[in-house]
Amino acid sequence: MIKLVMFRSLWQYRGFVWGSVLREFNSKYRESLFGVFWAVAGPLTMIIIYTVVFAQLMRPTLPGHESTPFAFSIYLCAGVITWGLFSEMLGRMNNVFLENGNLIKKANFPRICLPTIVVISAFINFAILFGIYLFFLAIIGHWPGWPVFSILPLLALQLLFTIGLGVMLGTLNVFFRDVGQITGVILQFWFWLTPIVYTLQALPENIRKLMAFNPLLPLINAWQTLFLDRAWPDFMSLFPLLLLTLLMLWLGAWLFLGRVGELVDEL
Amino acid sequence: MGYLKVHNVSKAYKRYPDKWARLGEWIIGRECHKKHWVLRDISFEVNPGEAVGIIGSNGAGKSTLLKIITGTTQPTAGAIEVSGHIAALLELGMGFHPDFTGRQNAYMGGQILGLHTEQISELMPEIEAFAEIGDYIDQPMRTYSSGMQVRLAFSVATAMRPDILIVDEALSVGDSYFQHKSFARIRKFRDQGTTLLFVSHSPDAIKALCNRALLIDGGILYRDDHPDYVLDYYNAIIAKQSVDYQIKQTELEIGKKSTRSGNGKASIEAVDLQQQEESVRVIRSGDSAVISVLAVSRDYIDELTVGILIRDRVGNDIFGTNTFYHDCSMNKLAPNARVQARFYFENLYLGVGSYSVTIALHSRDSHVSSNYDWLDQALVFQVIPGDLPRSIGVNAMPVQIKELLQP
Repeated sequence: MIKLVMFRSLWQYRGFVWGSVLREFNSKYRESLFGVFWAVAGPLTMIIIYTVVFAQLMRPTLPGHESTPFAFSIYLCAGVITWGLFSEMLGRMNNVFLENGNLIKKANFPRICLPTIVVISAFINFAILFGIYLFFLAIIGHWPGWPVFSILPLLALQLLFTIGLGVMLGTLNVFFRDVGQITGVILQFWFWLTPIVYTLQALPENIRKLMAFNPLLPLINAWQTLFLDRAWPDFMSLFPLLLLTLLMLWLGAWLFLGRVGELVDEL
Repeated sequence: MGYLKVHNVSKAYKRYPDKWARLGEWIIGRECHKKHWVLRDISFEVNPGEAVGIIGSNGAGKSTLLKIITGTTQPTAGAIEVSGHIAALLELGMGFHPDFTGRQNAYMGGQILGLHTEQISELMPEIEAFAEIGDYIDQPMRTYSSGMQVRLAFSVATAMRPDILIVDEALSVGDSYFQHKSFARIRKFRDQGTTLLFVSHSPDAIKALCNRALLIDGGILYRDDHPDYVLDYYNAIIAKQSVDYQIKQTELEIGKKSTRSGNGKASIEAVDLQQQEESVRVIRSGDSAVISVLAVSRDYIDELTVGILIRDRVGNDIFGTNTFYHDCSMNKLAPNARVQARFYFENLYLGVGSYSVTIALHSRDSHVSSNYDWLDQALVFQVIPGDLPRSIGVNAMPVQIKELLQP
């Protein structure tokens, strides 16, 4: 019931939400000389560096793709771009209430607008990069075909997981400022503990078993399967993540709704 | 249409003994914090079209009350009932973003007020015209002065006539030109039926705009009455106490620093400003007052004159006199003789402002002959409006206007 009210008020403030997304986009890109290029520059640099460093090392661990041109780059991008969406969104949701403290203290509007703005603008950044990636796949003749439609459920799952976790951490961070610091550290570890710049096959057997505890591994793996193998991902492997997502959404909503009134007193 | 009901509203902020206490409270569920009450059991109603001023010293809880009314923060107990569209200017600005341009911030402010983007675009020329900040409208907010921020914030908040307008102190930052302009707009809205809630430290603004005033002190609603009565009460009780205290504190500090001149044959022991035998530092213009000086001789002195000099805030001499001029200087004093001089003013005809008193002990008519002790800023006091008609300048001369001839 409360949640319905929340979504209704969010809809009433759609002008503010959308306006804020556009303002952010404009101030970020229109004011700078090279514009949207900067949205791409960061991830592109990362991809180039990793390709140069790891491509030769990892090529043997991509079975069945010995002759695929750019095989490692395709693999790498599938992970880096989608991980980038997760980490940017999570990182920004962490600080969303703190950064907008001034606004929260002076104006009355549904606070859920703020995470919504972050989600949308992080998604736009992602969409630019992802679009370029798909275009690149089409050009080199590595278009995934029908399995491309699995983008929708995969994205939906990833977004919901990030939103649940992000709202929870963002709320907690207002009351316990350590949360923001810890999240940054954990995200770093998490990135390197997920086979993104390396492959799962490159790891020794016993470590591979430990990797099963990484809830994001099946998701990243699904992205990689989709774009490198051009196959439908194994949706069953995503079931634990789905359960975790539901838990995160519930926890995030519970924390946020329970503490939103107190937020402003701590800013 | 713009009514407001405040039912038994209280607000407490949580205070934790240390950083871990909150974590403990969240995990165990047992309360570990102390409640710091900033508002207690406040109730009042405002009818549509009323203009209510809220007065109180710093930290009285005025801003918190306004924040609760706008919905920015939640009351710990009690409830607020509001009808109509609220526009609020809390403290400085509207939560503007420093990196966005003035125009972008204006759009954001409008959207938060619930306006549609097209509506704001329509209102934009009017907002720009009223704010009068010229080219700055397209510059990032961080380049604005605080006055310019307020100009823009006020222009946006009042671009559409709200049912309830809440202004917290913000306008005091603007220059007097803009203050006049914004008061004119507020008055126009009020006459068109907007309910006004207005926090200000300027009694004139409250008297001019409001037909009712609330006095809040220490989180408690003390008075809810006509502005004149409430302001009188405020000046007489609250401000007096706090200003008395503050001035005495500064006097202590000045006393420590001020250097005294004189040959030390007599010394100033105590200086006080009194009304009805009570020490005060705030006096209503035209009221009676006593400046009392206690001096002690340290040596054999032929003749002792005690002098006072009242100076204004910037140090101009306003009025001075001494016992010699009044033919009542003391003669032939032995060491350690205590001399008490009390200067009675039946009416202290000083204009509103801050004054200091300098005390001098010397012989004959001026300190040039023989200066025993001289103390600058021996005390500081403030004159507030009294029963006299308003006047300008440091002199509040009693005047009667006898004949008004109409041609």
